[in-house]
Formats: sequence, structure tokens, C-alpha cells
Amino acid sequence: MKIKNHIILFLVLLAVWLLLNSSFEIHILSVGVVVSLIITLVFCRNCNVFSEIKLTPKAFFYAIIYVFVFSGALIKSNFDVARRVVTPSLPINPGIVTVKTKLKSKIGRLMLANSITLTPGTLTIDIKDDIMYIHWIDVLSTNIDEDTHQIVSRFEKYLEVIYG
Amino acid sequence: MDGTLQIIGAIITLIGSIFLFLGSLGLIRMPDSYNRIQAGTKASTLGTILTLLGIALINPDWSGKLILLILFVLLTNPISSNVLARAAHFINIPLYKKTVIDKLKKEETIKVDVSDKKINNKTDKQ
Repeated sequence: MKIKNHIILFLVLLAVWLLLNSSFEIHILSVGVVVSLIITLVFCRNCNVFSEIKLTPKAFFYAIIYVFVFSGALIKSNFDVARRVVTPSLPINPGIVTVKTKLKSKIGRLMLANSITLTPGTLTIDIKDDIMYIHWIDVLSTNIDEDTHQIVSRFEKYLEVIYG
Repeated sequence: MDGTLQIIGAIITLIGSIFLFLGSLGLIRMPDSYNRIQAGTKASTLGTILTLLGIALINPDWSGKLILLILFVLLTNPISSNVLARAAHFINIPLYKKTVIDKLKKEETIKVDVSDKKINNKTDKQ
């Protein structure tokens, strides 16, 4: 299990280095490989954040779908905010509601909280165990199951496969 | 060919700046800090991403660095807004008067009461 964390950290560092240089020349590539390897071996004693990522083909497939679902939600949320801001009567109905998440892993919850913050009218304020407190700009219901279905479930089914 | 790519890039950058403008308008128009954070986060994220994408089309040599910037904005923007909102709620910045419900409030007031009692006990002993 531990070698997987090292490999993921190594690949992330190498990708950042290559994107920064935006060239695949041999001397740049070799410097990147050596430095990434040193950083990985020295600093990755307990980087077990990555151990919750699943590296199956199904997870990759769902990750690609998730990117599209997320981009769609981001664009929709921007038009939603723009509509509310431009309307003279300011049609908001805010409140803080709770939702429940099924995700167990830390990085999965982080991604879920980030996705909720960037999608229409919702902003994650706090998280305690599996309860998330969410500021909602247009509260439709105050029931926890109803809110969970409205806000969380469309991302959760993808994140569940990717991070578990 | 170069010209069309540059025009498309310029249009995308313009759309991004429109979103940024709407976000800043939201900062002025929204009634309380939480709604302001909402408007600010979403509009600034998409606005920044579109602006950087447009620059990447205009100047393809920079695209690697710009993709890296987009990833950083996408990862860090929601976290910063989350921390701001949490801190705002923690120091009891009031919600908008039309707010429907505040489920976080109850638990936090209990916490504050407990800590107050502890402080009082300490002062009594002294």
C-alpha cells in the first residue's frame, strides 16, 4: 500500500514540473525525475492521503465523467448567481441547512465540500463527522434527507467510486 | 489561423471578465457576509478560469503554466471561502434578517456557554 502513495506523489510532482517548463527535453525531464524522486523518498513517510484513491479503470472513467458534471454545475451556478445579482428585487432566501454524506475518506469529503461550494447557491461552512453544514442561498426544504438528495447525491455517486 | 485563435481567446477572456464584474456587483448588492462569499467565490472562480483559458489560446506557449494556475485556483478558492465563512460564523457575524433557518447556531451557542462557564469558574477560584 505504501508504494502506491510514493508513486502518486512522484507523478504529481513530475507533472507540475513538466507543466511549469512545458518542454520534454531530456535534461529537463531528467532533472525533474531526480528531484521528484528525492522529494518523494525524503518527505513521503506518512502521506497516506493518497491511499484512499482507487486506481481502477472504473475510477478513471468516473473521474472523467465527474469533471464534466462538475464543469456543468459550475457554469450553471455562475448563471444562477448572475441572475440573482442582476434582478432588482434580489430573490434570495438564505439559510444554513445540514446534509449527511456517505463518503468515509478524508480526500473524498474534501472534494465533496469543494464541489458543493462551487455549485449553484451552496457554500460549505463546517463539517462534523458525516454531517455537513451548508449555507444555501435559496432554501427549498429544511428536512435533512430532502436536502441531502438535492445537494449531495449528484456528486456523491461519482466520488464514491473514485475515493470510496 | 493565428488570427481566429486570438479572436476566440479574446472573446473567452471578455466573457470571463464579465463574470468577474458580476461577482463584484454581487459583493456590493448582497446583504450579509455569507451571501457575499457565495457570489464572490463562484463568479471569481469561473471568471478567473475563463480569463486564463483565453490567455492560453492567445499565447499557446504559456498554456502549461496557465493550466497549473487554473488547477490551483480550482483547488484553493473553495477552501478559502469555506474558511472565511466558518470564521465569520464562529465570531457570530449576524445573518441576513430574512434568513430561514440556521442549524449550525444551536450547537455553537452551547459550546460558547460551556467555555464561558469555565472562564467564570476560573475567575471565581482566583
